Amino acid sequence: MKRFSKLINVRELLLPLGQLIMFSLGSAIVLSTIVLVLALLLDKTAIGMAVTERFNASLFTYTLINLPQVLIDGLTIGFVYAAVALGYTMVYGVLEFINFAHSEIFAVGAFVGVEILIALDTAGVLSKVSLGMAFVILILAILAGMFAAGALAVTVERVAYRPLRGAPRLVPLISAIGVSFLLQDVIRLVEGLTTGQFNRIFPTFGNFDERLIFGEVGLGATTITMGISIKSIIVIVGAVLMLVGLNYLVNATKIGKAIRAVAQDRTTASLMGIDVNHIISLTFLVGGLLGGAAGVLYALKFTRIDPFVGFFPGLKAFTAAVMGGIGNLTGALLGGIVLGMLETFAGSYMGIFTMGAAGTEYKDIFAFSILILVLIFRPQGLMGENVTQKA
Amino acid sequence: MNKRLFVLLSVLIIASMVLTACGGGSAASTAKTIKIATQSPLSGDMSAVGVDIKRGAEMGIEQMSAALTEMGFKVELAPFDDQGNPDTGVANAKQIVSDPAILCVVGHYNSGVQIPSSEEYHNAGLANVSPANTNPKVTTRGYLEVNRIVGRDDVQGVVGADFALEQGMTSAFVVHDKTAYGQGIAEFFRQEADAKGLKVLGFEGTEEKANFDALLSPILAANPDVVYFGGMYGQAAILFKQAREKGYMGMFMSDDGFDSSDAAKIGGQALLDGKGTYYSTVSGPASVYAGTAKFITDFKAKYSSDPQPFAAQGYDSAGICLKAIEAAAKAKNGETPTRAEVANAIRALKDYPGITGTITFNSIGDPVVAKYFVIKVGDADPAKWSTNPVDQILDIAPPAP
Amino acid sequence: MSQILLYFQKFQTNIQKGIWPYVATLAHILLGTLLVYFSPRSTIAFLILVTSFFSLYYLKADNRFKLIAGITLALIIVPILGVRNIFYLEIIFQISVFAALALGLNIIVGFAGLLVLGYVAFYAVGAYLWGFFGSQQYYVMPFAPGTQPADLPFLLPGDAFYLFLMLAIIAAALTGILIGLPVMRLRGDYLAIVTLGFGEVIRVLANNLDKPLNLTNGPQGITPIQRPSLPESVVNGFNSIFSGIVGHPVDQASLYNVMFYILALVIIIIIVFVTKNLEDAKIGRAWAAIREDETAAVAMGIPIVKMKLLAFAIGASFAGAMGALVAASRTFVSPESFSFMQSIGVLSMVILGGQGSIPGVILGAATVTILNLQILQGFSLYLSQLRQSDAVIPIINFAWRNLSSQLDPAKYQRLLFGLILILMMIFRPAGLIPAERRKRKMASDTVEAKE
Repeated sequence: MKRFSKLINVRELLLPLGQLIMFSLGSAIVLSTIVLVLALLLDKTAIGMAVTERFNASLFTYTLINLPQVLIDGLTIGFVYAAVALGYTMVYGVLEFINFAHSEIFAVGAFVGVEILIALDTAGVLSKVSLGMAFVILILAILAGMFAAGALAVTVERVAYRPLRGAPRLVPLISAIGVSFLLQDVIRLVEGLTTGQFNRIFPTFGNFDERLIFGEVGLGATTITMGISIKSIIVIVGAVLMLVGLNYLVNATKIGKAIRAVAQDRTTASLMGIDVNHIISLTFLVGGLLGGAAGVLYALKFTRIDPFVGFFPGLKAFTAAVMGGIGNLTGALLGGIVLGMLETFAGSYMGIFTMGAAGTEYKDIFAFSILILVLIFRPQGLMGENVTQKA
Repeated sequence: MNKRLFVLLSVLIIASMVLTACGGGSAASTAKTIKIATQSPLSGDMSAVGVDIKRGAEMGIEQMSAALTEMGFKVELAPFDDQGNPDTGVANAKQIVSDPAILCVVGHYNSGVQIPSSEEYHNAGLANVSPANTNPKVTTRGYLEVNRIVGRDDVQGVVGADFALEQGMTSAFVVHDKTAYGQGIAEFFRQEADAKGLKVLGFEGTEEKANFDALLSPILAANPDVVYFGGMYGQAAILFKQAREKGYMGMFMSDDGFDSSDAAKIGGQALLDGKGTYYSTVSGPASVYAGTAKFITDFKAKYSSDPQPFAAQGYDSAGICLKAIEAAAKAKNGETPTRAEVANAIRALKDYPGITGTITFNSIGDPVVAKYFVIKVGDADPAKWSTNPVDQILDIAPPAP
Repeated sequence: MSQILLYFQKFQTNIQKGIWPYVATLAHILLGTLLVYFSPRSTIAFLILVTSFFSLYYLKADNRFKLIAGITLALIIVPILGVRNIFYLEIIFQISVFAALALGLNIIVGFAGLLVLGYVAFYAVGAYLWGFFGSQQYYVMPFAPGTQPADLPFLLPGDAFYLFLMLAIIAAALTGILIGLPVMRLRGDYLAIVTLGFGEVIRVLANNLDKPLNLTNGPQGITPIQRPSLPESVVNGFNSIFSGIVGHPVDQASLYNVMFYILALVIIIIIVFVTKNLEDAKIGRAWAAIREDETAAVAMGIPIVKMKLLAFAIGASFAGAMGALVAASRTFVSPESFSFMQSIGVLSMVILGGQGSIPGVILGAATVTILNLQILQGFSLYLSQLRQSDAVIPIINFAWRNLSSQLDPAKYQRLLFGLILILMMIFRPAGLIPAERRKRKMASDTVEAKE
């Protein structure tokens, strides 16, 4: 046992898990308190009356009963954001550069995974697999998506970013925006030529769509069931594994040490015998792998993908990374969870609290408003250290 | 000045000239060439539908231009990409009107593009048959040149609400996709529901394409008898699927944007569970129109993919253009008709037998009577989408011009 | 090859001497004019005419000659040829619109070095300002989109447009300051993302402010929007002078195109004038200092926040003016026009032409607009024509008919923008026509590198 713990740094495995649980609980408690207090305050006003009339229950009861489901939903999407945000944050930590094309790397991962599953489905394999086999196939699809996305990320770095290293910081950013747009149309071109389809749909197999029910609560005349679908659990478990694995890689391995060294000071690192180009490629590879896995998980959870599917999740994940403090792995985690929660809370309750004047349609700009607020009051992000701009 | 720059510029200019030389040069073909232009978004995130409007028209021209070919005309398609963007649409419209061989335009997909672009068609007297624009303003401007073969928002929304009431529903939750199309239908659904006593428990718009969790909380809490979605199948089917996964067992309803076998591919069994899924459409289902079945088979054979919503309308719009040009040319003893003659001939068409219904235009270019089908999703297998049973057929005239 | 280059060089030096520049410019203009006049639908002819603006700019000639030739070209030749083929007038109008947008963005990105990805938001502010006041929208406010009665009055007369053109400038400048204020402290790359977010916020607001009060009519957009009046007498006057050359009488609708083209041109001239003066004034030098080294700029006592806000305000105001103009010209505004794609399109114009370079940015706007509207579309049309013919690609014996329409170049606008951005950044980061200041800086950089 002692030898085992020497081989594996248990602390680095458990620490992120602890952080995850802490962040999830923390943001859940804070946000729940806020909406519940709001609900209490508004209960006696016209808004509360309107709710009572519609649902036969007070605003407070309504809020409370919906809360568990909102928390679960928020956590699920939060983990997706966190997984994508890790890719942004890895690259930023090492190169101080926003890899704008990460959203398309995510999309490519999703496409590769889904195409493989569709091919299996058309071949008739998926319809007769056992439950265990279904999970194996899913894992294989995720791995395929990961490797495709990883390879693409490394290629993009080699072609479009490496020649620009050392240029003013806006130059690679503009190039990255270019890559992002280019890749969107390349995906469309490839899909158009091979399948002729725009939308690709994650085939139904296994028991991923089933939902585990925790309980039922009456709300006025209706009953609300609370539960979580198996695919949401897969998404959460997948994201947690990625987070823990990445944290371990960066903080407890030799490669991780090299990555951290390059991030801190590229010149000194190269003097110490670290192949900087190699490490940067590796960073992109890791970011790409995570993005690809997140892409397939996203497709599993939300069923439909198209060539432009990466844009919004990418933007949100970036927001999450900045919110948590870009360059900081734990920060990306926190940012993702908080953003996912905030967004789901806003989408679920805003319509009720404003009597329909502003509803879920403002969900997306809610995320941006939060980003702007965070950057105004804490430009280094929730967990970032205060770094001054490099000249 | 910089030498390399000069060379670079020259190369750029020469290259673009060579490129367009091909484009421009071929315009000088035979005198009796007639062109039908299409304008729809061929690029960007609306291209799935836009490309199929073009393909529908393309197939229509291939299959239905025999009569004109016999009269000695050569009929060509000139597809334009409006990018779903009014600026591009208007520029294309001006290019279209400046080509005298173009006698008819099939387009657009976005009402936001059609409205400014059709001002140009109107100025040039060029006929426009719209395959997809349901915004009332498209025709209420009263232009002779502008017609549409789809029903208006203010009719289809009403059909949905009336159907829900007939099914004994007492409450509804209305969701739309924040496009001119989806919101238009949803607003009129709500208006009709309010007027006839169907209780609207919520009215939400969303641009979200994947994660409807946040939207579903108020829907589940309200537990309406019917959830109505104004918009396209890509969002509707995912919303419906996620709602079922969360245990909603009521009825789903949507509009003609839902009429795609991909909806079954996304939604699967979820569409059949509970009280089922219905959609209203102006496109005649295969079980009623033999032409539709043939259209779907031909389309699949030619493009190896299922037609998206509005592909059939693209086919019919092109057919109407061809028929009108033919009529106008016959009236002129085989001479090439003018644009004004074509525009008048379109309005003069009586009972054009299209695959989306029998079409006659009223004085502002709306179909006199649009046939609406309310169809129930009957099978989770996308291959059997065309066998979905028709629940109800309604003949509804548009509001008086 | 080297011989051709040599010849080229010789040609270049010779053409800048003596009377040759005058002859060459006049010949270019004349050739373009005649070609477009006699084959009004040929793209080549049009390109020759458009490029004559550049030979006018580049060849060394007396400024008075340039001015007169430029005015003749812009105010007489282009309108006349334009009403013969409305499409060209539209392209030139759009080039002007995008050139104005690109010049505005150039102030923020090129001069002050602040990467803004949501520039189109300011354009939207101008467009919606006149869209609201120049239409019936004021009376539509209580109705849900699409359900209003048909016969509502207009709030203001069409000629109020000119007043609102000014107000749009002010409103957009204020928006610029409002958006700029909170993000002033941000680093360059954060700023890019936050402004991207702001751009989306403005679009989403335009899309959603149809409830509780219907201010923007949501996704349906506002229409009809009034245009400033164009009296019958002007139409008659134009016809009595020019209808002979045009070949047919011109109606009011076509002449509106000319009017908006001239308005756009006036705005462009004002913008270029303002920009040129700013560039070499104290403000311009302060911006350059901030762009090159913010810390040093602070040390020099440059008021950073004030200067950055000024860049936001001025850059935004150009877009506001064009927004109002386009709203009037189209008689329609809807949120679809203000997508992130548009912002990237304008950015790629600035990058292609050269950040900080006024002629460069105009060239960038012209190139991207012509590529997008004319060349890619034209090429796709040509392919589609080939596909409908029985032609066969000779050597590989491949029937055009079988060529997938997925390969149509017009469908890959994003790919084009993306390629422009990547290739320019890698091979020519200063743009096609680098700014003078940058050229100097690059020269000094290479010297430094050698040392």
